[in-house]
Amino acid sequence: MDPANRPLSPHLQIYRPQITSVLSILHRLSGIGLGVGTLLLAYWLIAVAAGPGPFDFAQGLIGSWVGIVLLIGWTFALIYHFCNGIRHLFWDAGYGYELDTVYRSGWVVVLTSVLLTAGIWLALVMVSGIL
Amino acid sequence: MVEFNLPKNSRVRVGITHPAPENATNVKRFLIYRWNPDDGKNPSVDTYEVDMGACGPMVLDALIKIKNEIDATLTFRRSCREGVCGSCAMNIDGTNTLACTKFTNDVKGDVKVYPLPHTPVIKDLVPDCSQLYAQYAAIKPWIQTQSSPPDRERIQSQDERKGLDGLYECIMCFCCSTSCPSYWWNSDRYLGPAVLLQAYRWINDSRDEGTGDRLDELEDPFRLYRCHTIMNCTSTCPKNLNPAKAIGEIKKLLVERQ
Repeated sequence: MDPANRPLSPHLQIYRPQITSVLSILHRLSGIGLGVGTLLLAYWLIAVAAGPGPFDFAQGLIGSWVGIVLLIGWTFALIYHFCNGIRHLFWDAGYGYELDTVYRSGWVVVLTSVLLTAGIWLALVMVSGIL
Repeated sequence: MVEFNLPKNSRVRVGITHPAPENATNVKRFLIYRWNPDDGKNPSVDTYEVDMGACGPMVLDALIKIKNEIDATLTFRRSCREGVCGSCAMNIDGTNTLACTKFTNDVKGDVKVYPLPHTPVIKDLVPDCSQLYAQYAAIKPWIQTQSSPPDRERIQSQDERKGLDGLYECIMCFCCSTSCPSYWWNSDRYLGPAVLLQAYRWINDSRDEGTGDRLDELEDPFRLYRCHTIMNCTSTCPKNLNPAKAIGEIKKLLVERQ
């Protein structure tokens, strides 16, 4: 048997998703999402500068239900990335590596992100009456 | 390189089923990855129905029973059967562990058994660990000194000796390295959790005088810093060690010496 022809054992296909790996990939995905969201923000600012026509169009786009869903997703991405970033800062300083701490801090980050996202949008709805 | 899909020759087929004997009362199904280097076929997952009424409690007991009584061609590594040799490291029920210390009863439903993930397969559950051993050799896992040899042993205080606790117990089963997505994608350049824990074991040894050189060797975007604190390593270690923490300590030392 030529060793070069050996099959590669399954990895992503069979490895059980866990709070460790799922939160890690979510951190990266939310980072990418924030990058895309910043493009959206830039587009909105350009539309503001471009005059009433483009601005109305941008408002319509962002105010549509697709736009609102994206904005809620962006809010969650921002808060999750921020909270999990703090978790990473603790790790960088050498704290929080014990397994039970890792699980606990992970769930705290998830819970905080969900609650803050919900809170922010609830406040938005109550203050501005959108939706 | 990130490659989510398996190469063509590695895609897994559905294999054959070995039914349990008719008088079996407590049947557990084992779904086991098979690959034979001699028949030119792709890997498959074969199903073995095992009578747990006549089988020991560990997954390794079931594997040995299968090999003895159902299918003698099933190939796997095993030796000590008590969690100190690391031979029977494999992926059971989705996470890496030692077959000899994993209770079959802890697995809900069918027991899925694969070789250590993202490794070249020699046969069935036997992975090729050459690269991991080469990376282990690369961190020079022996004591390095510049001072002239003393007339007797190199003495450690009790506190200095404690610095090796949680490190020396590693049995090099590579459950952690092969659980790490970062190691899957960059195993050609990233050393991975098992080898980095060993690197820290020598850095943290009070008798070793090669710390500076060791840190120089590790200060590299790939060798050390492909660790993104995913923590799959610590979560899967069958000896309950903490490779992620050891890597964190190395990163701290690199910052502190700047």
